[in-house]
Amino acid sequence: MTALIIATVSQGLLWALMAIGVYITFRVLDIADLTVEGTFPLGAATCATLLTAGWQPIPAMLMACLAGCLAGVVTGLLTTKLKIPALLAGILTMIALYSVNLRIMGKANLPLLTQDTIFTLYSFGLDKATAQLAIGFIVVLLTAVVNYWFFGTEIGAAIRATGVNPHMIRANGINTDIMVVLGLLLSNGLVAVSGALVAQSNGFADVGMGVGTIVIGLASVIIGEVLFGTRSFKNCLISVILGSIVYRAVIAVVLQMGMPPNDLKLFTAILVAIALSMPLIQSRWRKFKKDRKAAN
Amino acid sequence: MLDIKHISKTFNPGTITEKVALTDVSLHLAPGEFVTVIGGNGAGKSTLMNSIAGTYPVDTGTITIDSTDITKWPEHKRAKFIGRVFQDPMMGTAANMMIEENLAIAARRGKTPTLRWSSSAKEREHYRELLSGLHLGLEDRLESHVGLLSGGQRQALTLLMATMAQPKLLLLDEHTAALDPKTAEKVLSLTKSIVERQHLTTLMITHNMRDALRLGTRLIMMYEGRIIVDVKEEQKKGLQVKDLLELFEKAAGSELTSDSLLLS
Repeated sequence: MTALIIATVSQGLLWALMAIGVYITFRVLDIADLTVEGTFPLGAATCATLLTAGWQPIPAMLMACLAGCLAGVVTGLLTTKLKIPALLAGILTMIALYSVNLRIMGKANLPLLTQDTIFTLYSFGLDKATAQLAIGFIVVLLTAVVNYWFFGTEIGAAIRATGVNPHMIRANGINTDIMVVLGLLLSNGLVAVSGALVAQSNGFADVGMGVGTIVIGLASVIIGEVLFGTRSFKNCLISVILGSIVYRAVIAVVLQMGMPPNDLKLFTAILVAIALSMPLIQSRWRKFKKDRKAAN
Repeated sequence: MLDIKHISKTFNPGTITEKVALTDVSLHLAPGEFVTVIGGNGAGKSTLMNSIAGTYPVDTGTITIDSTDITKWPEHKRAKFIGRVFQDPMMGTAANMMIEENLAIAARRGKTPTLRWSSSAKEREHYRELLSGLHLGLEDRLESHVGLLSGGQRQALTLLMATMAQPKLLLLDEHTAALDPKTAEKVLSLTKSIVERQHLTTLMITHNMRDALRLGTRLIMMYEGRIIVDVKEEQKKGLQVKDLLELFEKAAGSELTSDSLLLS
């Protein structure tokens, strides 16, 4: 039981970086960015390929991050410079990345069984599961602190304002195109690092491991917001991280209850669809109750 | 100061929805001049203002501010010179950010953002002072989200934001039209005091003829994409609403209906 809890929480932490990435585009920039479906395996592929080539885990993950940032910039330029709608721009980059990822790895699946990973190299004598938990915690904490600082700076505030009210921020002299590109860069960099971590934890990188990334990210963001609040930016960051852990816990529970793993994506999609339609359902329900009251 | 020469603008040219919005408009504003702009719907007031702000490019003509030709500059670059308040109180501020964060962005208008933390304790003290000048009690609510404020409060805040980093030109696009009369009056008197204190060159669109006469040092009237009446300081002082209507009829050659200009 303890083992299951440790595994669940550490999975939640490794995926939390991806959830923070999705939060940055979906909530901060107000863009549904599908690039992440490609950058998650891109990070995994880059990291796994470099590890196989004898790189150390940390430089390999930095390169994975860089690759993710680049993918984000591509989507950003497609949508700001070429005026392709953000959703479509993300899909284009995502599809292109499928080929790119295959080229990077040279095949569809790259095992990491004998290579040193961040979890084996920096385990400090802990067993594998505990090491994952500890390293996941440190990486997430570091990322959260850096994000909190960044979004409090002038550039960070300008990115947030771009998502809220582009008219206002342009009237104050900020180039919104640059802010959108920066936001996508940061988001996809984080998602790629998440992919790199998950690949090292799973012991392989697979070209198909990105399927459903956006939905898992959205599920984490929404679960976190509902359960842990959205009072301030700091609060939102913490909510998203906890949301990612709760999502893993929900998945663990339904699997324990006997749901076939193949149905997981369907389950997650339905969960997100319900959560996203909540505002509408709530307002309809309120109107329905009011009407009935008025009729009586 | 502001020098507009022969600008024209046609929307959707060559299509069935083609609309000529500005025809050969020229306008020169001296430093410190406070010009009120009136005219009916579709007269080209907002198009004139948006052309100056750079919301869209003009077809022909040039726009110069202090001998810098800004005709081809994008909107965000022009913001270095121009402060703006929009008709919609929601437009000028970022709703789910704190008052303090909105002010910090406005205080840096026209500057390239850096990785410095967005406001210091000293700046916050300065914001508090500025806010207390609005007499809305906002000085104690620096950390409140702007979305919690009323329309009038948001417009007052936007006005403060547009003027805190001294703009060369202040553009007010019917900034009291969406407010109730009492709030509108408050925001107008605030506008008057800020413009006078900072000697701002100002262009203010209004639907209200009395406001147009009461405020400012000069009045222009637009009709079908042209400036048809231009009344300077001395002449403007003695003017009444009915004089304005006469001026309009003479210049436009048509009767002014209450549809084309809202009287109140």
